[in-house]
Amino acid sequence: MMSNLTGAERTSAMLISGMGVVIGLTMAIVGRNDVMGAQGWIVLAFSAVVFFMVANALYHPEPTEDRTTSYYDDPTKVGIVLALVWAVVAMGIGVWVAAQLAWPGLRFDAAWSSFGRIRPVHTSGVIFGFGGNALIATSYHIMQRTSRARMPDQVTPWFVLLGFNLFCIIAASGYLMGVTQSKEYAEPEWYADIWLVVVWVAYFVLYIRTLARRNEPHIYVANWYYLAFILVVAVLHIVNNLAIPASLAGAKSYSAFSGVQDAMTQWWYGHNAVAFFLTSGFLGMLYYFLPKRADRPIYSYRLSILSFWGITFFYIWAGSHHLHYTALPHWVQTLGMTFSVMLLIPSWASAGNALMTLNGAWHKVRDDATLRFMMVAAVFYGLSTFEGSFMAIRPVNALSHYTDWTIGHVHAGAMGWVALITFGSIYALTPVLWHRERMYSAKAVEWHFWLALAGTVIYVFAMWNSGITQGLMWRTYTQSGTLRFSFTDTLIAMHPYYVARALGGLLFVTGACIGFWNVIMTIRHVSKQNRELDHPTSPKATEPVLPVAE
Amino acid sequence: MTILVILIPVTLLMGIVGLGAFFWTLHSNQYEDLSGDAERILFDDDRPLPAQNVQAPAKLKETPS
Repeated sequence: MMSNLTGAERTSAMLISGMGVVIGLTMAIVGRNDVMGAQGWIVLAFSAVVFFMVANALYHPEPTEDRTTSYYDDPTKVGIVLALVWAVVAMGIGVWVAAQLAWPGLRFDAAWSSFGRIRPVHTSGVIFGFGGNALIATSYHIMQRTSRARMPDQVTPWFVLLGFNLFCIIAASGYLMGVTQSKEYAEPEWYADIWLVVVWVAYFVLYIRTLARRNEPHIYVANWYYLAFILVVAVLHIVNNLAIPASLAGAKSYSAFSGVQDAMTQWWYGHNAVAFFLTSGFLGMLYYFLPKRADRPIYSYRLSILSFWGITFFYIWAGSHHLHYTALPHWVQTLGMTFSVMLLIPSWASAGNALMTLNGAWHKVRDDATLRFMMVAAVFYGLSTFEGSFMAIRPVNALSHYTDWTIGHVHAGAMGWVALITFGSIYALTPVLWHRERMYSAKAVEWHFWLALAGTVIYVFAMWNSGITQGLMWRTYTQSGTLRFSFTDTLIAMHPYYVARALGGLLFVTGACIGFWNVIMTIRHVSKQNRELDHPTSPKATEPVLPVAE
Repeated sequence: MTILVILIPVTLLMGIVGLGAFFWTLHSNQYEDLSGDAERILFDDDRPLPAQNVQAPAKLKETPS
């Protein structure tokens, strides 16, 4: 991998990681009386490992490959493997968190293993570690293939990928030490937030530079979904994390906003993180890998573009539905509710478009578990967007909010949609990236599919039952007008569902482990296959791939 | 609700950026051949590389940036 970097690229990689070492050391010294010091040592260790890996190869011979004749896939490969590592770890922790709810003794009386600390390790690990790495890796693949052009340089993609993983590690290790600003999905403290902005701007610039080099007149729709994901997440992240550190020598910071103002900012961020991180980016994946795998163009390309602009303009207004029946002004709640219901249109347009693409290819869905992953993902996308619009309606929300129904909804989206489309894409991508004939074991893909589906269904049904039971018990009054059930009564009622949820999660993570094993075995043991046509269009070609339409 | 004085303009601004991008796509003929655009991703480049690149990858070319 290092051998594909030129001497100048190795030098700049060394400079960047050297700066990381200096920053880590500074944090460790300045924050020595605070947990920030420990975080500094982690930054230092991470940067030092990268530094020595590059330094070790600094004087190796210059690369001999002709860069005009191939795509740059090394960071994509590393990103795919990292995504799977995060999947196994973070989903495994998820099972532990779920088991703690059913059997609280599993905390083992340590501070770091309390529910409040390991739950964000699970959520951030799955969303950012697994989802984020998968998004970055697949975007590197898709931006190059659909542009028929190689990435402009070889240092930026590594900076983005490794820098993002450093952010994830700082975040997850910080939670265990108690570092959090208590904003859901935006828990990391100010120094991690600033770092993510740097990484994210580099990512956006890399994407635009690659598109600018394209040898294909049209920008494929998947790229628009990825661009919206990168740009909007950047803006949301900056606004929601505006905070003043209590001291530059410590991790603690105070939000620039307070009370309901802060809540509104948080859910403006939080819901759009769902929209642009967990939806838009993964739709980009769907719109590329589903047609590729089915070997059929998307059913209605026009509709895919319409749903893109629909999602872009509608989603951003929906966040206030998280704050029904709060101090938030009524009209702001109604605005969020209205846009949430309208969102059903572009969401179902995408889900329907994906399923219609498979019309005529259902025999492939039957035989090919990879394509089935994508098909079921589209179904869950349709289901959970319907559920989301429904739950955003104020009277429904009165029952569902603060109950496990919300958790069920999130997991229908995260397991059924996000994880399944990602696994499908990884299985489609792995043989292409590593130039292999096929996956190591088709049977293992099949096993993974059924474990993942069974796990998701068990989980979601358990949480629907638990949530509705809980919501109904909370609002049951006696004839004299007092509450019929105590909070402990509801906990007892939920216990069997919590056991079922832990079981569903266990099936799901077992599938993820099988997937990880299968990818590693594919890389190591499946014979090579030459892919003669998988290369950028030569800028020296006398004519474009296809003439520009009139 | 002073926060809305920040959030609504920021949101509208993002909408305007999106609208600008949409108008750019209209002006740069992005929607002229939709069925072709949808199908072209299914095909790799239509001819293999010239043979000399495969056999003698001796010289490194700097990619234009």
